[in-house]
Amino acid sequence: MSASPFRTHTGRVAALPRVDVDTDQIIPKQFLKRIERTGFGPSLFYDWRYRQDGTPDPAFELNHPEAEGASVLLAGANFGCGSSREHAVWALQEFGFRAVVAASFADIFYANCCQNGLLAVRLDAQRIAELFARYERAGGPYEVTVDLEGMTVSDRAGFRTGFSMEPYRREMLLRGLDEIGRTLLAEDLIATYERGREGGRGKGEGW
Amino acid sequence: MTGPHPRTLFAKVWDAHVIHRLAEGPELLYVDLHLVHEVTSPQAFEGLRLQHRHVRRPELTVATVDHNVPTDDRSLPFADPIAARQVEVLATNARDFGVELFDLHSPRQGIVHVIGPELGLTQPGMVIVCGDSHTSTHGAFGALAFGIGTSEVEHVLATQCLVAQRPRTMEVRFDGALPPAVSAKDMILALIGRIGTAGATGCVIEYTGAAIRGLTMEGRMTICNMSIEAGARAGLIAPDDVTFDYLAGRPRAPSGDAWVRALDRWRGLRSDPGAPYDSRVTCDVSALVPQVTWGTNPGMVAPITGAVPDPEAFATDAEQSAARRALAYMDLEPGTPLAGLSIDRVFIGSCTNARVEDLRSAASLVRGRRVSSRVRAMVVPGSQAVKAQAEAEGLDRVFTAAGFEWRNAGCSMCIGMNPDVLQPGERCAATSNRNFEGRQGRGGRTHLMSPTMAAAAAIAGRLVDVREWS
Repeated sequence: MSASPFRTHTGRVAALPRVDVDTDQIIPKQFLKRIERTGFGPSLFYDWRYRQDGTPDPAFELNHPEAEGASVLLAGANFGCGSSREHAVWALQEFGFRAVVAASFADIFYANCCQNGLLAVRLDAQRIAELFARYERAGGPYEVTVDLEGMTVSDRAGFRTGFSMEPYRREMLLRGLDEIGRTLLAEDLIATYERGREGGRGKGEGW
Repeated sequence: MTGPHPRTLFAKVWDAHVIHRLAEGPELLYVDLHLVHEVTSPQAFEGLRLQHRHVRRPELTVATVDHNVPTDDRSLPFADPIAARQVEVLATNARDFGVELFDLHSPRQGIVHVIGPELGLTQPGMVIVCGDSHTSTHGAFGALAFGIGTSEVEHVLATQCLVAQRPRTMEVRFDGALPPAVSAKDMILALIGRIGTAGATGCVIEYTGAAIRGLTMEGRMTICNMSIEAGARAGLIAPDDVTFDYLAGRPRAPSGDAWVRALDRWRGLRSDPGAPYDSRVTCDVSALVPQVTWGTNPGMVAPITGAVPDPEAFATDAEQSAARRALAYMDLEPGTPLAGLSIDRVFIGSCTNARVEDLRSAASLVRGRRVSSRVRAMVVPGSQAVKAQAEAEGLDRVFTAAGFEWRNAGCSMCIGMNPDVLQPGERCAATSNRNFEGRQGRGGRTHLMSPTMAAAAAIAGRLVDVREWS
């Protein structure tokens, strides 16, 4: 499935200064029974956002007033670890996030972001700490610009840093490519490979 | 295979599946086996429909229901209509796209990572994917097996390929011989405790060494299963006679001449001497102690002889704050000995530890004893075939006589998508793979451990050192 292209985005930051945020927290399992790609936004971080009685927990970072309307999520290392559930990405996007900026990401989550046009930006721990500090100092809404064309993250008060991304993923995000459509263009190569493999062994023999 | 450029097992499997290299770097990788379940596939099949695409190789695609299925009476309708719809949708998709499905009433139904190996679908040298992070389990057979998201599930359905960046390699060598009553689960928990939950991010781990060679296939699967909890994409173990003995005669394994040819190929599936790994870790298991988690990720683990750590003892602010959060969630005080912690529930199950050997080892401890009166304990076999085998051996009667509930197969309380969940505040000794906040039910507190440790905890009503019981 193709995603809409991502070039540059300026938006309000929500800060989640925690490490090892797993996908079970991003979208708890009781919400994985839907058969659609939509309807997950209201359940994002459900067990952290809401108390047992269903009311919002004012202590949770995303419920802070300065995070209202946030579209860039700032987080600690190993964000998105655990389960492969792509529902985590769908929930973040439906909630309004266009980008996640973190010290590192778990592999499957990172790939899932790319598949859906959610920009996952890796910055070193020092720059993440600097962004958290700037968010704190702002004492209210804090905005950053995440520019995929220029590969930079910046704010209006002088912060600016570059980031890197695998060229293939960057291209996919910039152009909103349909990866399946693209792979199907290599149909001849796939068919040739299959014939070569099956020539060497009997039907159903596997490797 | 040995030549001027010795290759790792990983490289041999990967290279054999590369269809071509894309201009920007990643490679188009062929997939030999695609396992499908009800939770991560509906949106993928819907994507195919919207684009008028078909499943390229339905005969290489196998589906089952495991994540959200009830494990009690299967003659009754689902209590949860949304879960029921997800299961029905998988049946419709399997029928419409020509994919084989082991449904709720099949004697072969079970957790996808348990039925793949027991059917002989999982074979050395394959590339295997599934929309589930614990797909790493199948690496125990020398297959390159890893979890993917739903968009990639759709990609594999449509193309039988995956666009993938070549991962780095890590060798984890387990030396020595395991002491009595210490198991594969303790090995992998100790490793994750040492390298951390992101210690192998971007890597495929190959497990080597005498302690790995000494494990059964079931123990090897436990190790590879939890590779993802160290951040690895996959875990791999070179196949050997233990592997071949396990596979021989399985329903979908090659037979006759094909078996002889397969063996010939499979024997070449090992890392050449001197093959380069990007990193290496060595562990000696000869003094390993049973492990138990105290926190809210699998890296927060300690020997059962240890105590709840002091958050201030961790190196970084981030680790200290994570440990403080974990102790608050787990309702634990620093310095409290792990042995003796009172528990409310016991869960023996999951793709990590619900194969027949796991049930045998747990049953050997339970035989002739009673579950503590304050504990509710359940055994959820990994598959209906495991259940049948266990029943043929009388293990079900050992468990039920002791007061365990004996259930039907599924993921059950490992993920808690079905009615099997912890209540807020309940403390559980679990043989599963994740102790994340809320994983087994909101407010539930999970301690991960081996099947014998969990069985002993059920009897004692508290965490105990199983070595004292053996």
